[in-house]
Amino acid sequence: MNPVVGRVIWINGPVLRARGSRLVTMGEMVELGEQHLVGEVIGLAGDVMTIQVYEETAGMKPGEPVFGTGSPLSVELGPGLLGGIFDGIQRPLPVMEMQKGSFIGRGIRLTPLYHATRWQFTPLAQIGRTVSGGTVLGTVPETQQLVHVVMIPPGVTGKLVWLADYGEYGITDPVARVQTDEGEVTIPMLQRWPVRRPRPVRSRLEKIEPLLTGQRVLDTFFPLVKGGAAAIPGGFGAGKTITQHQIAKWSDAQVVIYIGCGERGNEMTQVLQEFPELVDPRSQRPLMERTVLVANTSNMPVAAREASVYTGVTIAEYYRDMGYHVALMADSTSRWAEAMREISGSLEEMPAEEGYPAYLSSRLAGFYERAGLVENLNGTTGSVSLIGAVSPQGGDFSEPVTQQTKRYVRCFWALDKSLASARHFPSVNWLNSYSEYIDNISNWWQIETGMDWRALRAKAMEILNEESHLDQIVKLVGPDALPDEQRVTLETSRLLREGFLQQNALDDIDTYATPRKQLKMLSLILHFHERAMGVVRRGAVISSIQALAVVNTLIRMKAVISNDQLDKLDEIGIQLDQQMDELEALYR
Amino acid sequence: MSDWMSGGQQISGLSKVEGPIVVVEGTGVVAYDEVVEIIDQNGRIRPGRVLEVGENLAVVEVFSGTAGLSIDGTRIRFLGRSFQIPVAQEMLGRIFNGIGEPIDGGPQPLADRHADINGQPINPTARVYPRDYIQTGISAIDLMNTLVMGQKLPIFSGSGLPQDQLAAQIVRQARIGKAVGEKGRSDDQFAIVFAAMGVKNDVAAFFRKSLTESGALTRVAMFLNLADDPAVERLVTPRVALTLAEYLAFDCGQHVLVVMMDMTNYCEALRQISNIRGEVPSRKGYPGYMYSDLASLYERTGRIKTSTGSITQLPILTMPNDDITHPVPDLTGYITEGQIVLSRSLTQQDVYPPIAVLPSLSRLMKDGIGRGKTRDDHSRVSMQLYAAYARVQDIRSLASVIGEEELSTVDQRYLAFGRAFETEFIQQDAGENRDLETTLSLAWQLLSLLPRTELTRVTEADINRYYQEKR
Ligand SMILES: Nc1ncnc2c1ncn2[C@@H]1O[C@H](COP(=O)(O)OP(=O)(O)OP(=O)(O)O)[C@@H](O)[C@H]1O
Ligand SMILES: [Mg+2]
Repeated sequence: MNPVVGRVIWINGPVLRARGSRLVTMGEMVELGEQHLVGEVIGLAGDVMTIQVYEETAGMKPGEPVFGTGSPLSVELGPGLLGGIFDGIQRPLPVMEMQKGSFIGRGIRLTPLYHATRWQFTPLAQIGRTVSGGTVLGTVPETQQLVHVVMIPPGVTGKLVWLADYGEYGITDPVARVQTDEGEVTIPMLQRWPVRRPRPVRSRLEKIEPLLTGQRVLDTFFPLVKGGAAAIPGGFGAGKTITQHQIAKWSDAQVVIYIGCGERGNEMTQVLQEFPELVDPRSQRPLMERTVLVANTSNMPVAAREASVYTGVTIAEYYRDMGYHVALMADSTSRWAEAMREISGSLEEMPAEEGYPAYLSSRLAGFYERAGLVENLNGTTGSVSLIGAVSPQGGDFSEPVTQQTKRYVRCFWALDKSLASARHFPSVNWLNSYSEYIDNISNWWQIETGMDWRALRAKAMEILNEESHLDQIVKLVGPDALPDEQRVTLETSRLLREGFLQQNALDDIDTYATPRKQLKMLSLILHFHERAMGVVRRGAVISSIQALAVVNTLIRMKAVISNDQLDKLDEIGIQLDQQMDELEALYR
Repeated sequence: MSDWMSGGQQISGLSKVEGPIVVVEGTGVVAYDEVVEIIDQNGRIRPGRVLEVGENLAVVEVFSGTAGLSIDGTRIRFLGRSFQIPVAQEMLGRIFNGIGEPIDGGPQPLADRHADINGQPINPTARVYPRDYIQTGISAIDLMNTLVMGQKLPIFSGSGLPQDQLAAQIVRQARIGKAVGEKGRSDDQFAIVFAAMGVKNDVAAFFRKSLTESGALTRVAMFLNLADDPAVERLVTPRVALTLAEYLAFDCGQHVLVVMMDMTNYCEALRQISNIRGEVPSRKGYPGYMYSDLASLYERTGRIKTSTGSITQLPILTMPNDDITHPVPDLTGYITEGQIVLSRSLTQQDVYPPIAVLPSLSRLMKDGIGRGKTRDDHSRVSMQLYAAYARVQDIRSLASVIGEEELSTVDQRYLAFGRAFETEFIQQDAGENRDLETTLSLAWQLLSLLPRTELTRVTEADINRYYQEKR
């Protein structure tokens, strides 16, 4: 039983004040009242502590006891995370459902991981060796596609004096003993780590490999790297969630952490029902086996929403420490920022812009800084890539969360309301979006595909940019007034938009494209451009080019030709040349 | 949650009255969110609720307002529980005020049980993802913004637009959908829970009349907070209504359609309380917690594994100045699963229902339609209509500059398509109930006005099957 450290004196929604501040530390987790609601100390002033409460406070009264726990808000790390779904403070939602039914009650205390499960442990370390944080002790097959690496927790250094034999163990059973300066320490598979503190690494590395998403507009035009950070801002219905789901499904990360932060319940249910049935194209195993879900929906307590982002990123770092590439999606970081605003508002703190607290920017920075490609303490290389959705009020990107986020990410996928309402998806605006990682990964594309990605990309961007200039003229005088060469540019950009940039997440073939398919498609469209220019220069009229059968083929190829039939794209290239040759022959 | 404490404490005298809020000192132990009764000098009782508590102090909101209260002559009784209402099947067919008391002259319904009006969040693992569509008989909804059972789909309206007629038509015509060609018509009817917040008397009367005429009144429960009723009470009305809806759906297994109007009035009341309390505002004076507050209403929608019932929400709001970026529609759109936007310009062209399809969206549509559910080509036809109609907008603005005669023939065909789309597809009578097959063939007739090479969102197979070129 935890000791009583204070008494509640004031309650206002998700925050309360209590007397007894001398017995707790800043950031300490506390329990409140007879129901033992969970809270965290977020302020100390004189005799009084301020506490944010992770559960609904209705019914709480002044005078109720505050119990100290002596430790900060932490997560449990160990085998059993993958495939799981937790709330913002890592309570396992399926277990809550079993115990309490369909609705989330209060005062439920559960261990995040199921401690009774026994895992097959294979020892790998050598007794007698010096070990320290990160040292690999052994492995556990956590799912069929992922080996869980059991490590010495950061902060422990000494001589390994005992290591468990090959066999089955629970996560709290000792698997090693280390002789340290302070005495012998017993190490179980289970680690606890305070969520607000980044897990240590040896060094940060230069990022050189793309995080492939299978989404053409992202991979080809605005690529993210493994260990990078990206933001997806967009008004409601612009496609943030679908884009994040697509990345969770098809990215080449080995572990995916998906945080539903203050968003819809049905969206989490959809992931829960869909992911076990979808197959990872690389491992051929169900996607759920590499996924951890953190779900603190919009109607769940707002303080737990604030914590959910930290819970998620700490789990991500833990798998990174094992040497994996981890991708984390947070939908939506604006709801996280609003949780800070609500809590700050209840405390009557001095606000900065639009009611957000002054520390908004530093919290965002602290989050995005936890991305990175690193050399781990144990010498392995791993990464955490962060992808945050941003939901600007009124779809206006000048609001504080979007602006502050922009300072800390290098990849900005600006979603566009008018594209979305014309059902151009993903509605990533190719003129306002950017990626600062182009230089980092040009080599990778060259080696991986043997094609000059950078040049193809630049050419396509040039055509799209020119289109936006020509559009201004077309709006005034109509397309007929343009010379035919410029009309070829318009035609090519239509092909780029409809045949390449648009990608239907709901189409079985189109939903995901390999880098090779992406580049082959792009070079076909650019080849069309070159040939069409040539033919027009010889005197052909634009309508004769628009009438070519291959135009329709180029628009439809994305959903007709699957990733494993790419030679069919070469056949389209042959048709293209034939049709252009025939047309050209008329003008010799 | 019903029995947190002993309750029954009574205090005489207030220390402050400000708008709908009173502050009481000298309290013993009072719980956050506890319900109270405020008894004025004439012995009349007004209900209220605790918003904030300190040691010996409570801030209380009085639902029916504080007019007539005096500092010394007022007593407050703390009831020691949360706000609860009785729920029962027999509440269907009845009319209540905004806090759930009968106002139709009938007796207090016999409670099956009492339920806390705040409800509790549904555990996402306990939900069933909604996949069954509702046929509303309205083409612009059924084909392009399909409503799904368990969805929250608001109507974004503007002052003077026919949102009432549209909502009433949906309520009258809503049926559980069937696949095209599937035999038999479903007779399953929805129980309807209607929550009015700050709505004009004649609007409430219109709904009552429309529901009576269609014989639906026995399956409707109405909760009315009218324009001249106290504003603060509005904060309770939707919660009371949703509490009954949850009982009907999840305890009794019924399909429930909840109509809540006007959410803009609800948000006004929220803003009013927040301003009086001196809270830091976010945009346009609305409180920073408005998103969470609205979510605590809108998320009370859906289906759960342990019940066959469902709650579908149709909230209605007016966009101040027709501005979709105003905080009320904006935050609503961020929470709900799409929106049906009404257009002033279509209304001016006498198109009913004036649904602006481009900014409208149904997010749950994708899993509720297609092969086996509606028809295989449904989703692609819808996408094609969107793309083509978006193109019409561009061509119209070009035509306004260079003149229609100067347009290319393809562009002229788009214009013809656009006109027909508005006057034949969107347009239908308030009494017209189109089945999905009719709507789909209408859509193909319109697409046949365009050259087949323009139809890049449907497949070649779709075109071969349904397209019949018209020039
Ligand atoms: N890549 C895509 N392919 C097909 N449809 C898409 C795609 N992206 C978005 N959509 C459509 O747009 C709708 C809205 O997308 P989504 O739910 O991702 O929006 P959002 O930006 O997350 O909105 P909110 O901020 O309200 O959560 C989807 O329901 C779907 O119909
Ligand atoms: Mg979303």
